[in-house]
Amino acid sequence: MDGIALLTITVLSVFVGFEVVSKVSSTLHTPLMSGANAIHGIILVGAIIVAGQAADGWTLALALLAVVLATANLVGGFVVTDRMLEMFRGRKAARR
Amino acid sequence: MTILSPTSTAVLYLVAAICFILALKGLSSPKTARRGNLIGAAGALIGVVTVFLSMKLDNIPWILAAIAVGSAIAAPVARRVQMTQMPQLVALFNGVGGGAAALVALLELSHTDDPWVRLAVVFTLLVGAISFSGSLVTFAKLQELMTTRPIVFPGLPVIMAAALLAAVGASVAVIMTGNGWLAVLLLVFGLLTGVLLVLPVGGADVPIVISLLNAFTGLAVAASGLVLGNVLLVVAGTLVGASGTILTRAMASAMGRSVTGILFGAFKGGSTAGSTVASDRPVRSSSAEDVAVLLGYAQKVVIVPGYGLAVAQGQHTIAELQSELESRGIQVVFAIHPVAGRMPGHMNVLLAEANVPYESLKEMSEVNPEFKTADVALVVGANDVVNPAAKTSPGSPIYGMPILEVEQAPQVVFLKRSMRPGFAGIENELLFEPQTTLLFGDAKESLGKVLAAVKAL
Repeated sequence: MDGIALLTITVLSVFVGFEVVSKVSSTLHTPLMSGANAIHGIILVGAIIVAGQAADGWTLALALLAVVLATANLVGGFVVTDRMLEMFRGRKAARR
Repeated sequence: MTILSPTSTAVLYLVAAICFILALKGLSSPKTARRGNLIGAAGALIGVVTVFLSMKLDNIPWILAAIAVGSAIAAPVARRVQMTQMPQLVALFNGVGGGAAALVALLELSHTDDPWVRLAVVFTLLVGAISFSGSLVTFAKLQELMTTRPIVFPGLPVIMAAALLAAVGASVAVIMTGNGWLAVLLLVFGLLTGVLLVLPVGGADVPIVISLLNAFTGLAVAASGLVLGNVLLVVAGTLVGASGTILTRAMASAMGRSVTGILFGAFKGGSTAGSTVASDRPVRSSSAEDVAVLLGYAQKVVIVPGYGLAVAQGQHTIAELQSELESRGIQVVFAIHPVAGRMPGHMNVLLAEANVPYESLKEMSEVNPEFKTADVALVVGANDVVNPAAKTSPGSPIYGMPILEVEQAPQVVFLKRSMRPGFAGIENELLFEPQTTLLFGDAKESLGKVLAAVKAL
Protein backbone atom coordinates (compact mmCIF):
# COMPACT_ATOMS: atom_id res chain seq x y z
CA MET A 1 0.00 0.00 0.00
CA ASP A 2 1.38 3.43 -0.85
CA GLY A 3 2.37 5.98 1.73
CA ILE A 4 -0.40 8.48 1.04
CA ALA A 5 -3.10 5.84 1.50
CA LEU A 6 -1.55 4.77 4.83
CA LEU A 7 -1.30 8.41 5.90
CA THR A 8 -4.97 8.93 5.03
CA ILE A 9 -5.96 5.92 7.12
CA THR A 10 -3.80 7.15 10.01
CA VAL A 11 -5.37 10.61 10.02
CA LEU A 12 -8.91 9.24 9.79
CA SER A 13 -8.16 6.82 12.65
CA VAL A 14 -7.08 9.74 14.83
CA PHE A 15 -10.49 11.32 14.38
CA VAL A 16 -12.31 8.05 15.01
CA GLY A 17 -10.22 7.51 18.17
CA PHE A 18 -11.03 10.99 19.47
CA GLU A 19 -14.68 10.58 18.61
CA VAL A 20 -15.42 7.15 20.13
CA VAL A 21 -14.24 8.00 23.63
CA SER A 22 -15.04 11.69 23.73
CA LYS A 23 -17.86 11.36 26.28
CA VAL A 24 -16.72 8.50 28.50
CA SER A 25 -17.96 8.62 32.11
CA SER A 26 -15.35 8.57 34.86
CA THR A 27 -16.83 5.28 36.11
CA LEU A 28 -15.33 3.58 33.07
CA HIS A 29 -11.94 5.30 32.88
CA THR A 30 -10.11 2.30 34.30
CA PRO A 31 -11.74 -0.41 32.14
CA LEU A 32 -11.38 1.78 29.06
CA MET A 33 -7.69 2.30 29.77
CA SER A 34 -7.26 -1.42 30.23
CA GLY A 35 -9.27 -2.21 27.08
CA ALA A 36 -7.25 0.21 24.96
CA ASN A 37 -4.14 -1.34 26.49
CA ALA A 38 -5.28 -4.77 25.29
CA ILE A 39 -5.92 -3.49 21.77
CA HIS A 40 -2.35 -2.30 21.24
CA GLY A 41 -1.30 -5.88 21.98
CA ILE A 42 -2.16 -6.41 18.30
CA ILE A 43 1.53 -5.58 17.79
CA LEU A 44 1.59 -9.39 18.03
CA VAL A 45 0.78 -9.42 14.31
CA GLY A 46 3.95 -7.41 13.67
CA ALA A 47 5.98 -9.64 15.98
CA ILE A 48 4.72 -12.74 14.12
CA ILE A 49 5.74 -11.19 10.79
CA VAL A 50 9.32 -10.43 11.92
CA ALA A 51 9.64 -13.85 13.57
CA GLY A 52 8.36 -15.52 10.39
CA GLN A 53 10.97 -13.72 8.33
CA ALA A 54 13.88 -14.20 10.74
CA ALA A 55 16.87 -15.72 8.96
CA ASP A 56 19.40 -16.09 11.80
CA GLY A 57 19.26 -17.28 15.38
CA TRP A 58 19.68 -13.90 17.05
CA THR A 59 16.94 -12.28 15.02
CA LEU A 60 14.65 -15.20 15.69
CA ALA A 61 15.35 -15.09 19.43
CA LEU A 62 14.59 -11.36 19.65
CA ALA A 63 11.50 -11.74 17.47
CA LEU A 64 10.21 -14.60 19.61
CA LEU A 65 10.76 -12.45 22.70
CA ALA A 66 8.62 -9.81 20.98
CA VAL A 67 5.96 -12.46 20.32
CA VAL A 68 5.92 -13.49 23.99
CA LEU A 69 5.67 -9.86 25.18
CA ALA A 70 2.99 -8.95 22.67
CA THR A 71 0.94 -12.06 23.51
CA ALA A 72 1.14 -11.20 27.21
CA ASN A 73 -0.11 -7.69 26.44
CA LEU A 74 -2.93 -8.94 24.21
CA VAL A 75 -4.20 -11.93 26.19
CA GLY A 76 -3.60 -10.46 29.65
CA GLY A 77 -5.17 -7.15 28.65
CA PHE A 78 -8.41 -8.64 27.42
CA VAL A 79 -8.71 -11.06 30.36
CA VAL A 80 -8.11 -8.36 32.97
CA THR A 81 -10.60 -6.00 31.30
CA ASP A 82 -13.20 -8.74 31.16
CA ARG A 83 -12.74 -9.46 34.85
CA MET A 84 -13.24 -5.83 35.73
CA LEU A 85 -16.36 -5.57 33.61
CA GLU A 86 -17.76 -8.82 34.94
CA MET A 87 -17.89 -7.11 38.32
CA PHE A 88 -19.90 -4.26 36.93
CA ARG A 89 -22.44 -6.82 35.76
CA GLY A 90 -22.31 -8.67 39.10
CA ARG A 91 -23.23 -5.46 40.82
CA LYS A 92 -26.51 -5.34 38.90
CA ALA A 93 -27.22 -9.00 39.61
CA ALA A 94 -26.75 -8.33 43.34
CA ARG A 95 -29.47 -5.67 43.31
CA ARG A 96 -31.43 -5.74 46.50
CA MET B 1 1.35 -20.93 3.42
CA THR B 2 -0.61 -18.26 1.65
CA ILE B 3 -4.18 -19.46 1.70
CA LEU B 4 -5.68 -15.98 1.63
CA SER B 5 -5.51 -13.68 -1.39
CA PRO B 6 -4.30 -10.10 -0.79
CA THR B 7 -7.90 -8.91 -1.18
CA SER B 8 -9.38 -11.25 1.41
CA THR B 9 -6.46 -10.44 3.70
CA ALA B 10 -7.24 -6.75 3.43
CA VAL B 11 -10.94 -7.41 4.08
CA LEU B 12 -10.18 -9.50 7.18
CA TYR B 13 -7.87 -6.79 8.55
CA LEU B 14 -10.67 -4.31 7.93
CA VAL B 15 -13.08 -6.51 9.90
CA ALA B 16 -10.56 -6.71 12.76
CA ALA B 17 -10.11 -2.92 12.71
CA ILE B 18 -13.89 -2.42 12.86
CA CYS B 19 -14.00 -4.79 15.85
CA PHE B 20 -11.45 -2.56 17.63
CA ILE B 21 -13.49 0.58 16.93
CA LEU B 22 -16.64 -1.15 18.22
CA ALA B 23 -14.70 -2.32 21.27
CA LEU B 24 -13.66 1.22 22.23
CA LYS B 25 -17.14 2.50 21.47
CA GLY B 26 -18.64 -0.23 23.68
CA LEU B 27 -16.20 0.41 26.51
CA SER B 28 -17.39 3.98 26.87
CA SER B 29 -20.80 2.92 28.26
CA PRO B 30 -21.41 0.55 31.20
CA LYS B 31 -24.22 -1.31 29.41
CA THR B 32 -22.15 -2.33 26.42
CA ALA B 33 -18.68 -2.46 27.97
CA ARG B 34 -18.28 -6.19 28.43
CA ARG B 35 -19.62 -7.01 24.99
CA GLY B 36 -17.29 -4.35 23.58
CA ASN B 37 -14.28 -5.96 25.20
CA LEU B 38 -15.22 -9.38 23.79
CA ILE B 39 -15.65 -7.87 20.31
CA GLY B 40 -12.15 -6.42 20.69
CA ALA B 41 -10.76 -9.83 21.64
CA ALA B 42 -12.51 -11.36 18.61
CA GLY B 43 -10.93 -8.68 16.42
CA ALA B 44 -7.49 -9.54 17.79
CA LEU B 45 -8.09 -13.24 17.08
CA ILE B 46 -9.15 -12.47 13.49
CA GLY B 47 -6.01 -10.34 13.03
CA VAL B 48 -3.66 -13.02 14.34
CA VAL B 49 -5.26 -15.86 12.33
CA THR B 50 -5.17 -13.66 9.21
CA VAL B 51 -1.43 -13.03 9.46
CA PHE B 52 -0.75 -16.77 9.63
CA LEU B 53 -2.91 -17.48 6.57
CA SER B 54 -1.91 -14.54 4.42
CA MET B 55 1.85 -14.69 4.05
CA LYS B 56 4.70 -17.14 3.86
CA LEU B 57 6.17 -17.45 7.34
CA ASP B 58 9.07 -19.59 8.56
CA ASN B 59 9.58 -20.80 12.11
CA ILE B 60 5.84 -21.35 12.65
CA PRO B 61 6.29 -23.98 15.41
CA TRP B 62 8.57 -21.56 17.27
CA ILE B 63 6.08 -18.74 16.88
CA LEU B 64 3.20 -20.88 18.13
CA ALA B 65 5.30 -21.96 21.09
CA ALA B 66 6.11 -18.33 21.92
CA ILE B 67 2.40 -17.45 21.76
CA ALA B 68 1.67 -20.36 24.09
CA VAL B 69 4.35 -19.15 26.51
CA GLY B 70 3.02 -15.58 26.47
CA SER B 71 -0.53 -16.75 27.10
CA ALA B 72 0.54 -19.19 29.79
CA ILE B 73 2.28 -16.36 31.65
CA ALA B 74 -0.33 -13.63 31.22
CA ALA B 75 -3.68 -15.38 31.48
CA PRO B 76 -3.28 -16.88 34.98
CA VAL B 77 -1.80 -13.64 36.32
CA ALA B 78 -4.64 -11.62 34.81
CA ARG B 79 -7.20 -14.02 36.22
CA ARG B 80 -5.81 -14.16 39.75
CA VAL B 81 -4.65 -10.62 40.41
CA GLN B 82 -6.50 -8.81 43.15
CA MET B 83 -8.66 -5.92 42.06
CA THR B 84 -6.60 -3.50 44.13
CA GLN B 85 -3.51 -4.49 42.16
CA MET B 86 -5.18 -3.94 38.81
CA PRO B 87 -3.46 -0.61 38.03
CA GLN B 88 0.05 -2.01 38.25
CA LEU B 89 -0.89 -5.00 36.10
CA VAL B 90 -2.28 -2.69 33.44
CA ALA B 91 1.02 -0.76 33.63
CA LEU B 92 2.99 -3.97 33.22
CA PHE B 93 0.97 -5.18 30.21
CA ASN B 94 1.32 -1.74 28.66
CA GLY B 95 5.07 -1.87 29.15
CA VAL B 96 5.54 -5.25 27.50
CA GLY B 97 3.45 -4.06 24.56
CA GLY B 98 5.76 -1.07 24.15
CA GLY B 99 8.79 -3.36 24.44
CA ALA B 100 7.39 -5.65 21.75
CA ALA B 101 6.84 -2.68 19.41
CA ALA B 102 10.43 -1.48 19.96
CA LEU B 103 11.83 -4.96 19.23
CA VAL B 104 9.76 -5.29 16.04
CA ALA B 105 11.09 -1.93 14.84
CA LEU B 106 14.67 -2.87 15.68
CA LEU B 107 14.41 -6.07 13.66
CA GLU B 108 12.77 -4.36 10.68
CA LEU B 109 15.51 -1.75 10.37
CA SER B 110 17.75 -3.97 8.22
CA HIS B 111 14.90 -4.62 5.76
CA THR B 112 14.59 -1.07 4.54
CA ASP B 113 16.56 1.66 2.72
CA ASP B 114 13.74 4.18 2.62
CA PRO B 115 14.48 7.15 4.95
CA TRP B 116 10.75 7.65 5.60
CA VAL B 117 10.41 4.08 6.77
CA ARG B 118 13.53 4.57 8.88
CA LEU B 119 11.87 7.61 10.42
CA ALA B 120 8.94 5.42 11.46
CA VAL B 121 11.40 2.79 12.77
CA VAL B 122 13.17 5.40 14.88
CA PHE B 123 9.87 6.74 16.21
CA THR B 124 8.71 3.24 17.20
CA LEU B 125 12.04 2.42 18.84
CA LEU B 126 12.14 5.59 20.88
CA VAL B 127 8.48 5.74 21.94
CA GLY B 128 8.27 1.97 22.51
CA ALA B 129 11.38 2.09 24.71
CA ILE B 130 10.09 5.09 26.71
CA SER B 131 6.78 3.32 27.21
CA PHE B 132 8.49 0.09 28.28
CA SER B 133 10.85 1.52 30.89
CA GLY B 134 8.39 4.20 32.01
CA SER B 135 5.71 1.59 32.59
CA LEU B 136 8.11 -0.58 34.58
CA VAL B 137 8.81 2.40 36.87
CA THR B 138 5.07 3.08 37.32
CA PHE B 139 4.65 -0.63 38.08
CA ALA B 140 7.38 -0.45 40.71
CA LYS B 141 5.78 2.63 42.25
CA LEU B 142 2.29 1.14 42.42
CA GLN B 143 3.58 -2.20 43.69
CA GLU B 144 5.48 -0.18 46.29
CA LEU B 145 8.79 -1.67 45.27
CA MET B 146 9.92 1.95 45.43
CA THR B 147 8.54 5.11 46.96
CA THR B 148 5.35 6.46 45.46
CA ARG B 149 6.44 10.02 46.14
CA PRO B 150 8.06 12.11 43.40
CA ILE B 151 11.77 11.44 43.06
CA VAL B 152 13.68 14.58 42.15
CA PHE B 153 17.40 15.05 42.53
CA PRO B 154 19.60 18.01 41.63
CA GLY B 155 20.54 17.95 38.00
CA LEU B 156 17.61 15.77 36.96
CA PRO B 157 16.33 18.29 34.40
CA VAL B 158 19.85 18.53 32.96
CA ILE B 159 20.32 14.75 32.76
CA MET B 160 16.90 14.41 31.21
CA ALA B 161 17.59 17.07 28.59
CA ALA B 162 20.90 15.35 27.84
CA ALA B 163 19.22 11.96 27.44
CA LEU B 164 16.62 13.43 25.12
CA LEU B 165 19.25 15.26 23.07
CA ALA B 166 21.32 12.08 22.81
CA ALA B 167 18.18 10.21 21.70
CA VAL B 168 17.43 12.82 19.04
CA GLY B 169 21.04 12.69 17.85
CA ALA B 170 21.00 8.90 17.65
CA SER B 171 17.64 9.11 15.83
CA VAL B 172 19.08 11.34 13.13
CA ALA B 173 22.12 9.09 12.82
CA VAL B 174 19.95 5.98 12.43
CA ILE B 175 17.77 7.65 9.80
CA MET B 176 20.90 8.65 7.83
CA THR B 177 22.84 5.38 8.12
CA GLY B 178 20.39 2.64 9.04
CA ASN B 179 23.12 1.26 11.33
CA GLY B 180 21.83 -1.43 13.68
CA TRP B 181 24.24 -0.65 16.53
CA LEU B 182 23.23 3.00 16.52
CA ALA B 183 19.64 1.76 16.75
CA VAL B 184 20.55 -0.27 19.84
CA LEU B 185 22.13 2.87 21.30
CA LEU B 186 18.91 4.75 20.55
CA LEU B 187 16.99 2.01 22.34
CA VAL B 188 19.17 2.52 25.43
CA PHE B 189 18.64 6.30 25.38
CA GLY B 190 14.90 5.71 24.99
CA LEU B 191 14.86 3.39 28.03
CA LEU B 192 16.77 5.97 30.06
CA THR B 193 14.37 8.74 29.02
CA GLY B 194 11.39 6.64 30.07
CA VAL B 195 12.81 6.11 33.56
CA LEU B 196 13.73 9.79 33.99
CA LEU B 197 10.31 10.88 32.76
CA VAL B 198 8.39 8.87 35.34
CA LEU B 199 10.67 9.18 38.42
CA PRO B 200 9.47 12.71 39.31
CA VAL B 201 5.81 11.70 39.13
CA GLY B 202 4.24 10.68 42.42
CA GLY B 203 1.18 9.33 44.16
CA ALA B 204 -2.20 9.84 42.56
CA ASP B 205 -0.63 11.14 39.34
CA VAL B 206 0.95 7.77 38.52
CA PRO B 207 -2.23 6.28 36.99
CA ILE B 208 -2.55 9.26 34.67
CA VAL B 209 0.99 8.62 33.50
CA ILE B 210 0.04 4.98 32.83
CA SER B 211 -2.74 6.25 30.62
CA LEU B 212 -0.30 8.56 28.85
CA LEU B 213 2.22 5.74 28.30
CA ASN B 214 -0.66 3.61 27.07
CA ALA B 215 -1.30 6.22 24.39
CA PHE B 216 2.45 6.24 23.63
CA THR B 217 2.46 2.47 23.08
CA GLY B 218 -0.49 2.93 20.73
CA LEU B 219 1.50 5.43 18.69
CA ALA B 220 4.52 3.11 18.65
CA VAL B 221 2.32 0.28 17.36
CA ALA B 222 0.86 2.57 14.69
CA ALA B 223 4.35 3.57 13.55
CA SER B 224 5.44 -0.07 13.41
CA GLY B 225 2.37 -0.65 11.22
CA LEU B 226 3.73 1.99 8.84
CA VAL B 227 7.10 0.19 8.86
CA LEU B 228 5.54 -3.18 8.06
CA GLY B 229 2.90 -1.73 5.72
CA ASN B 230 0.23 -3.37 7.89
CA VAL B 231 -3.07 -1.47 7.95
CA LEU B 232 -4.42 -3.25 11.03
CA LEU B 233 -1.49 -2.12 13.18
CA VAL B 234 -1.82 1.42 11.85
CA VAL B 235 -5.53 1.63 12.63
CA ALA B 236 -5.39 -0.13 16.02
CA GLY B 237 -2.32 1.79 17.18
CA THR B 238 -3.70 5.15 16.10
CA LEU B 239 -7.06 4.42 17.75
CA VAL B 240 -5.34 3.68 21.04
CA GLY B 241 -3.04 6.67 20.68
CA ALA B 242 -5.94 9.04 20.07
CA SER B 243 -8.39 7.59 22.59
CA GLY B 244 -5.60 7.28 25.16
CA THR B 245 -4.79 10.96 24.74
CA ILE B 246 -8.44 11.91 25.33
CA LEU B 247 -8.61 9.59 28.32
CA THR B 248 -5.42 11.01 29.80
CA ARG B 249 -6.80 14.53 29.51
CA ALA B 250 -10.15 13.49 31.00
CA MET B 251 -8.40 11.88 33.99
CA ALA B 252 -6.14 14.87 34.52
CA SER B 253 -9.02 17.34 34.38
CA ALA B 254 -10.99 15.21 36.88
CA MET B 255 -8.14 16.00 39.26
CA GLY B 256 -7.90 19.65 38.26
CA ARG B 257 -4.39 19.15 36.90
CA SER B 258 -2.67 19.53 33.56
CA VAL B 259 -0.67 16.78 31.90
CA THR B 260 2.45 18.93 31.71
CA GLY B 261 1.96 19.85 35.38
CA ILE B 262 1.90 16.16 36.23
CA LEU B 263 5.04 15.35 34.25
CA PHE B 264 7.13 18.39 35.07
CA GLY B 265 5.45 19.88 38.16
CA ALA B 266 7.95 18.30 40.55
CA PHE B 267 10.83 20.08 38.79
CA LYS B 268 9.47 23.38 39.95
CA GLY B 269 9.20 22.02 43.47
CA GLY B 270 5.64 23.31 43.57
CA SER B 271 2.58 21.22 43.07
CA THR B 272 3.62 17.68 43.90
CA ALA B 273 6.33 18.15 46.50
CA GLY B 274 4.12 18.63 49.52
CA SER B 275 4.88 18.04 53.16
CA THR B 276 4.79 14.62 54.77
CA VAL B 277 5.03 15.94 58.28
CA ALA B 278 2.19 15.14 60.62
CA SER B 279 0.38 18.10 62.12
CA ASP B 280 0.31 18.58 65.87
CA ARG B 281 -2.76 20.80 65.95
CA PRO B 282 -5.45 19.46 68.28
CA VAL B 283 -8.18 17.27 66.79
CA ARG B 284 -11.09 15.36 68.26
CA SER B 285 -10.55 11.63 68.05
CA SER B 286 -12.77 8.92 69.38
CA SER B 287 -13.30 5.18 69.70
CA ALA B 288 -14.93 2.74 67.31
CA GLU B 289 -17.82 2.44 69.78
CA ASP B 290 -18.55 6.19 69.61
CA VAL B 291 -18.49 6.08 65.83
CA ALA B 292 -20.83 3.08 65.89
CA VAL B 293 -23.32 5.03 68.04
CA LEU B 294 -23.18 7.95 65.61
CA LEU B 295 -23.82 5.66 62.66
CA GLY B 296 -26.30 3.33 64.32
CA TYR B 297 -28.69 6.12 65.33
CA ALA B 298 -28.47 8.07 62.08
CA GLN B 299 -31.14 8.07 59.40
CA LYS B 300 -28.85 8.72 56.50
CA VAL B 301 -25.12 8.03 56.15
CA VAL B 302 -22.92 9.08 53.23
CA ILE B 303 -19.73 7.04 52.94
CA VAL B 304 -16.77 8.63 51.13
CA PRO B 305 -14.31 5.88 50.20
CA GLY B 306 -10.78 6.79 49.10
CA TYR B 307 -7.23 5.69 48.46
CA GLY B 308 -6.73 4.46 52.04
CA LEU B 309 -9.66 2.06 51.70
CA ALA B 310 -8.20 0.69 48.48
CA VAL B 311 -4.76 0.22 50.03
CA ALA B 312 -6.17 -1.50 53.13
CA GLN B 313 -8.45 -3.62 50.90
CA GLY B 314 -11.36 -2.73 53.13
CA GLN B 315 -14.02 -2.84 50.41
CA HIS B 316 -15.62 -6.05 51.69
CA THR B 317 -15.78 -4.77 55.25
CA ILE B 318 -17.36 -1.53 54.15
CA ALA B 319 -19.94 -3.44 52.11
CA GLU B 320 -20.77 -5.45 55.25
CA LEU B 321 -21.08 -2.26 57.26
CA GLN B 322 -23.46 -0.92 54.65
CA SER B 323 -25.75 -3.94 54.78
CA GLU B 324 -25.65 -3.96 58.60
CA LEU B 325 -26.69 -0.31 58.70
CA GLU B 326 -29.36 -0.86 56.06
CA SER B 327 -30.79 -3.76 58.03
CA ARG B 328 -31.32 -1.23 60.82
CA GLY B 329 -33.32 0.95 58.42
CA ILE B 330 -30.56 3.47 57.80
CA GLN B 331 -30.13 4.86 54.30
CA VAL B 332 -26.53 4.44 53.12
CA VAL B 333 -25.03 5.90 49.94
CA PHE B 334 -21.47 5.97 48.65
CA ALA B 335 -20.08 9.25 47.35
CA ILE B 336 -17.57 8.44 44.62
CA HIS B 337 -15.06 11.08 43.61
CA PRO B 338 -13.91 10.63 39.99
CA VAL B 339 -10.35 9.89 41.13
CA ALA B 340 -11.12 7.92 44.30
CA GLY B 341 -8.97 4.83 44.66
CA ARG B 342 -5.75 4.15 42.87
CA MET B 343 -6.87 5.33 39.49
CA PRO B 344 -9.89 7.10 38.04
CA GLY B 345 -12.97 4.89 38.21
CA HIS B 346 -11.07 2.36 40.28
CA MET B 347 -13.29 2.74 43.35
CA ASN B 348 -16.33 1.70 41.32
CA VAL B 349 -14.51 -1.49 40.37
CA LEU B 350 -13.46 -2.19 43.98
CA LEU B 351 -16.94 -1.67 45.41
CA ALA B 352 -18.46 -3.70 42.59
CA GLU B 353 -16.10 -6.50 43.61
CA ALA B 354 -17.57 -6.35 47.13
CA ASN B 355 -21.10 -6.52 45.67
CA VAL B 356 -22.12 -3.04 46.73
CA PRO B 357 -25.32 -2.47 44.73
CA TYR B 358 -25.05 -0.18 41.71
CA GLU B 359 -27.72 2.25 42.92
CA SER B 360 -25.84 2.94 46.19
CA LEU B 361 -22.93 4.46 44.27
CA LYS B 362 -23.38 8.13 43.49
CA GLU B 363 -21.15 10.35 41.44
CA MET B 364 -19.90 13.65 42.73
CA SER B 365 -22.40 16.03 41.11
CA GLU B 366 -25.29 13.81 42.15
CA VAL B 367 -24.25 13.33 45.77
CA ASN B 368 -22.93 16.77 46.70
CA PRO B 369 -26.38 18.25 47.51
CA GLU B 370 -27.05 15.21 49.74
CA PHE B 371 -24.41 15.93 52.36
CA LYS B 372 -26.67 18.60 53.88
CA THR B 373 -29.50 16.12 54.35
CA ALA B 374 -27.31 13.33 55.72
CA ASP B 375 -26.74 12.83 59.43
CA VAL B 376 -23.19 11.55 59.16
CA ALA B 377 -20.51 11.62 56.49
CA LEU B 378 -18.04 8.75 56.95
CA VAL B 379 -14.75 9.45 55.18
CA VAL B 380 -12.65 6.32 54.81
CA GLY B 381 -9.07 6.87 53.72
CA ALA B 382 -9.80 9.91 51.56
CA ASN B 383 -8.27 13.31 52.21
CA ASP B 384 -7.51 15.51 49.23
CA VAL B 385 -10.84 14.79 47.50
CA VAL B 386 -12.75 16.26 50.47
CA ASN B 387 -10.39 19.13 51.27
CA PRO B 388 -12.27 22.48 51.14
CA ALA B 389 -8.95 24.17 50.33
CA ALA B 390 -9.66 23.19 46.74
CA LYS B 391 -12.44 25.77 46.79
CA THR B 392 -11.23 28.32 49.32
CA SER B 393 -7.45 28.79 49.06
CA PRO B 394 -6.18 29.86 45.63
CA GLY B 395 -2.56 29.18 46.62
CA SER B 396 -3.17 25.50 47.35
CA PRO B 397 -1.80 22.85 44.96
CA ILE B 398 -5.24 21.27 44.70
CA TYR B 399 -7.02 24.59 44.13
CA GLY B 400 -9.62 24.14 41.41
CA MET B 401 -10.00 20.40 41.83
CA PRO B 402 -13.67 19.47 42.16
CA ILE B 403 -14.28 18.01 45.62
CA LEU B 404 -16.95 16.19 47.59
CA GLU B 405 -18.65 18.71 49.85
CA VAL B 406 -18.32 16.75 53.06
CA GLU B 407 -18.04 19.97 55.07
CA GLN B 408 -21.80 20.44 54.57
CA ALA B 409 -22.64 17.36 56.65
CA PRO B 410 -23.66 18.02 60.29
CA GLN B 411 -21.35 15.24 61.54
CA VAL B 412 -18.14 14.11 59.86
CA VAL B 413 -16.17 10.99 60.81
CA PHE B 414 -12.70 10.53 59.33
CA LEU B 415 -11.08 7.11 59.32
CA LYS B 416 -7.38 7.92 58.93
CA ARG B 417 -4.15 6.10 59.41
CA SER B 418 -2.39 9.13 60.92
CA MET B 419 -2.35 12.91 60.84
CA ARG B 420 0.01 12.82 57.88
CA PRO B 421 -1.39 14.94 55.06
CA GLY B 422 -2.64 13.27 51.87
CA PHE B 423 -0.81 13.06 48.59
CA ALA B 424 -1.02 16.78 47.90
CA GLY B 425 0.90 17.42 51.11
CA ILE B 426 -1.47 19.98 52.56
CA GLU B 427 -3.49 20.05 55.74
CA ASN B 428 -7.21 19.50 55.59
CA GLU B 429 -8.97 22.19 57.62
CA LEU B 430 -11.96 19.91 57.82
CA LEU B 431 -10.07 17.73 60.31
CA PHE B 432 -10.05 20.57 62.83
CA GLU B 433 -13.72 21.55 62.54
CA PRO B 434 -15.95 21.04 65.60
CA GLN B 435 -18.28 18.64 63.76
CA THR B 436 -15.39 16.34 62.86
CA THR B 437 -14.35 13.18 64.70
CA LEU B 438 -11.30 11.13 63.83
CA LEU B 439 -10.75 7.42 64.22
CA PHE B 440 -7.12 6.50 63.72
CA GLY B 441 -5.92 3.20 62.30
CA ASP B 442 -5.80 1.00 59.23
CA ALA B 443 -9.04 1.50 57.27
CA LYS B 444 -9.94 -2.18 57.21
CA GLU B 445 -9.25 -2.77 60.91
CA SER B 446 -11.12 0.37 61.95
CA LEU B 447 -14.09 -0.58 59.80
CA GLY B 448 -14.08 -4.05 61.33
CA LYS B 449 -14.18 -2.58 64.83
CA VAL B 450 -16.96 -0.14 63.91
CA LEU B 451 -18.90 -2.98 62.28
CA ALA B 452 -18.62 -5.15 65.39
CA ALA B 453 -19.66 -2.22 67.58
CA VAL B 454 -22.70 -1.46 65.40
CA LYS B 455 -23.76 -5.11 65.60
CA ALA B 456 -23.50 -4.92 69.39
CA LEU B 457 -25.72 -1.83 69.67
